[in-house]
Amino acid sequence: MQTHRSTHLCHSIMLSALMIAVTGILFLAGCQKGDEQQAKSEVTTIQLKGSDTLVNVAQAWAEAYKKVAPTVDVEVSGGGSGVGIAALVKGTIDIASASRNIKPQEMETAKRNTGKDTKDFTVGYDALAVYVHKDNPLNEISIDQLAAIFAEGGTVTKWSQMGVTIPGVSDDEIVRISRQSSSGTYEFFREHVLNKQDFKLGSRDMNGSKEVVELISNTKTAIGYSGMGYATPSVKMLCISPKPGEPACPPTIENTLTKKYALARSLHLYTLGDPEGAVKQYIDWILSVPGQKILEENGYVPADVAKPAN
Amino acid sequence: MNDTADSTLKNTLPQRQFLSIAMENLLELIIRLSGISAIIFVLAIFFFVFREALPIFFSDHFDLAKFLFNTQWYPTSEVNVRYGTFALTFGSISVTFLAMIIAVPFGLGSAIFISEFCGPKMKESLKIIIELLAAIPSVVWGFIGLTVMSRIIVSLTGAPVGVNLLNGGLILALMSVPIIVSISEDALKAVPDSYREAALALGATKWQIIYRVLLPSAKNGLLAAVLLGIGRAVGETMAVLMATGHAVQIPHGPLDSVRTLTANIAAELGEASAGSDHYHVLFLTGILLFIITFAVNLTADLVIRGIRRK
Repeated sequence: MQTHRSTHLCHSIMLSALMIAVTGILFLAGCQKGDEQQAKSEVTTIQLKGSDTLVNVAQAWAEAYKKVAPTVDVEVSGGGSGVGIAALVKGTIDIASASRNIKPQEMETAKRNTGKDTKDFTVGYDALAVYVHKDNPLNEISIDQLAAIFAEGGTVTKWSQMGVTIPGVSDDEIVRISRQSSSGTYEFFREHVLNKQDFKLGSRDMNGSKEVVELISNTKTAIGYSGMGYATPSVKMLCISPKPGEPACPPTIENTLTKKYALARSLHLYTLGDPEGAVKQYIDWILSVPGQKILEENGYVPADVAKPAN
Repeated sequence: MNDTADSTLKNTLPQRQFLSIAMENLLELIIRLSGISAIIFVLAIFFFVFREALPIFFSDHFDLAKFLFNTQWYPTSEVNVRYGTFALTFGSISVTFLAMIIAVPFGLGSAIFISEFCGPKMKESLKIIIELLAAIPSVVWGFIGLTVMSRIIVSLTGAPVGVNLLNGGLILALMSVPIIVSISEDALKAVPDSYREAALALGATKWQIIYRVLLPSAKNGLLAAVLLGIGRAVGETMAVLMATGHAVQIPHGPLDSVRTLTANIAAELGEASAGSDHYHVLFLTGILLFIITFAVNLTADLVIRGIRRK
């Protein structure tokens, strides 16, 4: 009886001791976290989110900027231009990157949510390239033909309709590679190629610019669109003519700047209100020579820096 | 000596009881709370999901019959917004169905082998390895589907694209096999040895024992195993997002790409601005998904009850 009671007591004591220990550990952990936060408060964090087209450049900017200003930490994430702008109008990030223009409706939402206007910085230009597999004999395509392939109700579904036979494949079906609907590239293509009509259902909708090019390089019968910075040796960029019969031109830097290439577009950063402090310095640095050089190295066309962006 | 011991005992007795009673009540309260918490969480999730989905019923673009039976999913269209989820529902069901065709025979066969045929050493190592299979994160499965499996499928079948229904089905089958194996193995183990002994004494062969005695008496557990496997397959998101090709269409064969309800929610919820029709429709899709899994569980329950009554 006595031993039974004493073990019971023992258990109670052990339990209490355990609880005290756990509380102590939690308390200590809390203290440590506090210390860390204090140390971190000297580092300014800039949150940048949005365009998958720009995500590689944004990452390169963030890394290079770490050397310029070690106390500024830029956190970069992708998801699509729509995702970035949606986060900006909610006020959860500092900068949204986008490969399309912000819509009036989104600007209104931002004003309503945060009381601030969105501010637009054009940081560079990109040509939206149309890719096919390198074995595909097709070299040029017109905007109307692209629409016939991609748009809802478009009649072209087979390569033979384009007068093309792809060597080494028996399959004639055109495999359409598209993007998820949060992508700025998707919306740009819809606006400028499909004339705001909808896409034909059944396209493979990839989650990134790079995935599109990768899938095309594995699929001989594929056609898809992505930023020109993502070209690899196993895919081919098509020359594009604005109308059938008009001369087609390849997506090059000159053709993008002179707007001869039909699918040239501008790349943007958006902030809420006029940027201040670290965010302003960061955007100024991006628009300066070193930042623009990084953009160029990633395969895009630099913005005209002589003209002040704001 | 004895007296002092008695007196200390008397002194500590009420205190000790108080401590242990308090401790016991406290622990009981904690356990009771954790028991009820499941109900609270489920109700809170219901409430939240229904509240977020409800406004869509008052939208002009929405029609419940079209939502369920139309195959056109154009949530971000600028000319004609359409919310038809039939292709997505069909995608979810077809991927699950294909996965079960592969996983059920393999899972049950492997469970029978583990519980009836192999030696104790083999049994232990097999069980550990199968548990390891269950521990692989779904994004890793998706990765395997996207890179390894898609190439194998292209080279074996000549399909234009490797990310398709077959790929998703295979990946989901591999993911649900461990669940099916471990639960059906438990069910087979629960069959009393006297059944096996009696069957042996009647001169039954090993196959006859399994087919005539073990499978009928472990029926409930085996069914539960299969249905849990289905539950896992329907609800899986990341792996199918990566492996199925993400194309909105009714597949004509196992080599066509599909999109599932879960993958669609994962890909689009990030961009849908809170409060928009698109956002509410995605929550309604979540309810649809919930109704499907609820129906699966309910049938399982009814079938098991039906078996029990016999």
